[in-house]
Amino acid sequence: MMALFDKFNKLASERAELFPTGLSPFETRIEEVYSPTEARIGGRRVLLAGTNNYLGLTFAPECIEAAQKAVEREGTGTTGSRMANGSYGGHCALEAELGDFYQSNSVIVFSTGYLASLGLIGTLAGAQDIILLDADCHASIYDACRLSGAQIIRFRHNDVADLEKRLQRLKKHADNTLIVVEGIYSMLGDRAPLAEIVAVKRRYGGYLVVDEAHSLGVLGEHGRGLSEEAGVATEVDFILGTFSKSLGAVGGFLASNHPESEFLRYASRPYIFTASPSPSVIASTRAALQLLRSRPQLRERLWANATQLYRQLQALGYRLGPEPSPVVATLLGSRQQAVAFWQGLLERGIYVNLVLPPAAPGGYTLVRCSVSAAHTPAQIDIICQAFADLRAILEQPDALVDSHGS
Amino acid sequence: MAEYQQILDRLYTHLRPMAPQGTTLDEDTDLISEFGLDSVNVMDLLLEVEEDFDISVPLNLLADIRTPKDLACTIIRLLEAE
Repeated sequence: MMALFDKFNKLASERAELFPTGLSPFETRIEEVYSPTEARIGGRRVLLAGTNNYLGLTFAPECIEAAQKAVEREGTGTTGSRMANGSYGGHCALEAELGDFYQSNSVIVFSTGYLASLGLIGTLAGAQDIILLDADCHASIYDACRLSGAQIIRFRHNDVADLEKRLQRLKKHADNTLIVVEGIYSMLGDRAPLAEIVAVKRRYGGYLVVDEAHSLGVLGEHGRGLSEEAGVATEVDFILGTFSKSLGAVGGFLASNHPESEFLRYASRPYIFTASPSPSVIASTRAALQLLRSRPQLRERLWANATQLYRQLQALGYRLGPEPSPVVATLLGSRQQAVAFWQGLLERGIYVNLVLPPAAPGGYTLVRCSVSAAHTPAQIDIICQAFADLRAILEQPDALVDSHGS
Repeated sequence: MAEYQQILDRLYTHLRPMAPQGTTLDEDTDLISEFGLDSVNVMDLLLEVEEDFDISVPLNLLADIRTPKDLACTIIRLLEAE
């Protein structure tokens, strides 16, 4: 009778075991949002340290005003796709502004970051092509690879020698290979060794995609991301990005200097067969991009907060991701321990993200904090105090750095 | 067949440390439903195996790899194709 749903049996039993009360961290309800850093969850006012609101722009008056004006002027939705139903002025203006920001000839706006990933990778690579992706790439990239029909080869996370070996094995096929990496990896907060990856690409061939979802507005002198920070922007073939993190809205984009990439508009099903972003979303994104460009101090505050959190948690003896970044991951032990830790933080008024395998790489369980420019140093101290209180939960010594600092 | 057995033995050296205690392992053991690996474990296993045999195994082939035997046959095919 239930054959179709049998595949969920394992999920159901894991859920029942981990969350016996029926309240799962993966179904958190944010009952009211007060600001980029505060909300009400479970009837309690909490500090938000589990958003991707890196620049804290979700309540920026400029963005709200732009969205309000757009909704009054152009309505609530576009009710169709850009190819079938037409592009609004805002779509084209945002593409031009992003083109100016990235110094790219071609920018295509998609309805979400996920769709941008499917729209580029899933369309550009075909059955005769090869995709070499970093093992820790986001699920949207894996899905895009599957959609492409290309040969999919995974290389060890951030391991340039492994990438090189695989390009060597491909020999002449290296020329029709798409190498895919991320600016900042969303779970551990580490960045790709991009200059070395570019050097390998130069030697063997191929095209390079950098997903700057978590690094736009975060890295680089102008906030363009890792490709800017590493000084290799002109050698990155395709930049993917999202409006849903630093820009505080929803949507995605592809920027490229290959003139042929404009053809993706005609070939990319995730561009053609979905509704285009609403006018208000486009308008707030444009306003946020202007703020990102005109206020480098937002980036400075973000990094000051990120470094403060990373250093303090490190001093408490927690095992963290490999480098300070606005994503601060605390590695924990068993799944039960991670759930208890997450709940302990929420009871102390701190909301973070619980991440369990397979969403966390390397079989880790972790709680993921993300820092915002909108956090005050005092709020970062409150987060750290909650972590300090919770050290007792860690019965398993493997979750802490040992006294030799391994 | 000697080559097949050697490859299988090398695969076992990668697989055994991943086994929960008391799990049996032979060429027909289903790596997911019997051996208890999840899809990410299988991909991580592949990274080790690829290094050992100096090959790249496209993820597209994973749908057809259920047992050590399947993996060994895939490796032989890829080595021969080189």
